[in-house]
Amino acid sequence: MFEPKIICFVCKWCTYAGADLAGTSRLTYSPNGVNIRFMCSSRLDPEHILWAFDRGADGVFVGGCHPGDCHYQDGNYKTLRRIELFQRVLKQFGLEDGRLRLEWISAAEGKRFAELMNEFAQQIRALGPLKLGSRKGGQDGGSAKREKED
Amino acid sequence: MDKLIIDGIETTPDPNKTVLEVARELGIHIPTLCYHKSLTPYGACRICVVETIWKGRSRLHTACTYPAWEGEVKTNSEKVIRLRKSILALMLAEAPEAEEIKELAAEYGVEKTRFRPRKEKRNKKCIMCGLCVRVCHDVMGFGAIGFENRGYRREVTPPFETYSDVCTTCGACAFVCPTGAIDLKALSDKKVRPILSEFDRNLASRPCVHIPFPQAVPNIPVIDKEHCVYFKTGGCRVCETVCGPQAVDYQQKDQIVEEDVGAVVVATGFDTLPLADLGEYGYGKYPDVIDGLAFERLLSASGPTSGEVKRPSDGKVPKEVVFVQCAGSRDPEKYCPHCSKICCMYTAKHALLYKHRVHDGQPYIFYIDVRTGGKSYEEFYHRVSEQEGVPYIRGKVSKVFPDGDKLMVWGVDTLTAKKVEIAADLVVLATAMVPSQDSQKLFSILKLATDKDGFLSEAHPKLRPVESIISGFFLAGSAQGPRDIPETVAQASGAASKVIGLFSQEKLHHEPIVAVVDEDLCSGCKVCISVCPYDAREFDEEKGIVKVNELLCEGCGACVVACPSGATQQKNLTDDQIRQMVKAVLGE
Repeated sequence: MFEPKIICFVCKWCTYAGADLAGTSRLTYSPNGVNIRFMCSSRLDPEHILWAFDRGADGVFVGGCHPGDCHYQDGNYKTLRRIELFQRVLKQFGLEDGRLRLEWISAAEGKRFAELMNEFAQQIRALGPLKLGSRKGGQDGGSAKREKED
Repeated sequence: MDKLIIDGIETTPDPNKTVLEVARELGIHIPTLCYHKSLTPYGACRICVVETIWKGRSRLHTACTYPAWEGEVKTNSEKVIRLRKSILALMLAEAPEAEEIKELAAEYGVEKTRFRPRKEKRNKKCIMCGLCVRVCHDVMGFGAIGFENRGYRREVTPPFETYSDVCTTCGACAFVCPTGAIDLKALSDKKVRPILSEFDRNLASRPCVHIPFPQAVPNIPVIDKEHCVYFKTGGCRVCETVCGPQAVDYQQKDQIVEEDVGAVVVATGFDTLPLADLGEYGYGKYPDVIDGLAFERLLSASGPTSGEVKRPSDGKVPKEVVFVQCAGSRDPEKYCPHCSKICCMYTAKHALLYKHRVHDGQPYIFYIDVRTGGKSYEEFYHRVSEQEGVPYIRGKVSKVFPDGDKLMVWGVDTLTAKKVEIAADLVVLATAMVPSQDSQKLFSILKLATDKDGFLSEAHPKLRPVESIISGFFLAGSAQGPRDIPETVAQASGAASKVIGLFSQEKLHHEPIVAVVDEDLCSGCKVCISVCPYDAREFDEEKGIVKVNELLCEGCGACVVACPSGATQQKNLTDDQIRQMVKAVLGE
């Protein structure tokens, strides 16, 4: 069975703490997602999402504080605007809807974090592996280029 | 220098002063009626008459107009007393209903008058001293009232006995009148509105110059500019003339004071839910529906009723008082979802004090839950509910409406599932605590985060309860959430210690993740300044680039993403580090 690779960009104050709570509450959830902790979801540059897809991630999950609860006042609103716009760009790149998902998870919502992880993994599983093959040079060419960059 | 002897006391007087002024300085009492410090003496009432002796010649003069010069003055000689008695007898005839004149006459042993009162005179209290007319014209600058007619038909009235447009119902005439003869309502059709005391929750009036509340810091009077006649028309200035040390300064203005500080403690307190918001209880509509703060003033010995419980509408002692807890609190559908925390205890206290003041009175308390979270609070609640036998009715009040001179309270007792109807004399609402008015504006200037109820958010609900997320800002009191006095004191002490802790450090410590600008790459476009929530960035005019104040930067990283030239990075969380993390996760 296909096990997707998912990168989760999460903020330190809400979603990461929510993930922490899911862990300390000993909830079992999909291990496909790996958290990368930012101070605030507004640190997330759309470029980071592109890197993740380019490197072979099948889905990208972005987690921030609920609107109005941002530790940095309005960082999550900045994220919301950026992600909304970026979804459209991704579509133009030929990516399916649903590969990138933005959710608000508070520090108290460990259970919700676990549920969303399961749900998102299932969503990506249904979409199948990310294929950027239509690009000239194919997967390998891309990798070679990446090695250079790195 | 000339010597003046007043009642045997020798003095060297200032020749610009009058005998009355000098006598008062010496502590000698001379009765006056038409005298007011802010007006030039007029000598109309003649009651201040004194005997002056100069070179053996004795004469009678009014002390308020007679200059204090050489000679001797007797304020209480037989001659003086005899004359004052005659004057008082005349005044008794002129103003037969004036209590002040009757009292003064009784002091001098004048019980009856041999003179005949004027039959035509309408105002039976007025002594025709003209003080009101002079105040209105000379001091306030209006001239809305004057004397009409002559001789036996003379009266004080607005021109042509009609309501005058000039009159502002400032009340100066009524204030200075020595016999209480002025009825403002008869002088003007404008609404006479006393200035209500904010501290007494509008249960009493206050003067225009007032000390906001007894414990005010600094404890000095202020002029209410909104109501002051001087600031409206340039008249009056009475407070200036009566202030001995000349402390009244009309030129004082609100000013912006700039200070460089290392820390800010935000303690803006709370307000109660606005009046109009509690429609079903008739709060703001019926005068006998008051809030807990107003009841507190009614119970206070220094309050508007000197501690006697009297209801606002007619001053009667209420025999049945209904206390409604959670008026607006714990009501997420309509008002505030939060618990106001202090109401359970103060309502219990109010009910107890009410029972002790009004022995035949009956309090009722409607409650949802009684929350007695605090040291000895539960015991106090038991004392009130069991020992004192105050009935606690578990349920909410649905409606309050007037029924005769009573207030009908409809509620429900959810423990017996029965409807409750109480004909109450007074309803006291434990209104919800909300963040103080206009505090949201201040919070947005300070960029402090608030919770959904508008109270300030702390940095961590358990571990950093007195600090704000933004470094250098500390929280105290109910600006952060409803809390009672001991908790507020504890929290304020905590905030103060945190400030001292901050100041006692040699160096300030900070999270390692902060924004940094590559000076070679920065184009000075200032986009980052607009996204920074903390004002941590400022434009360096000299170099044409943006600089980061690392102490203010909280490390959110919004600026890094916003920077179009890639000049901004976060120390210890650079784009490259993020790329490496992604790489590490995805392998290869």
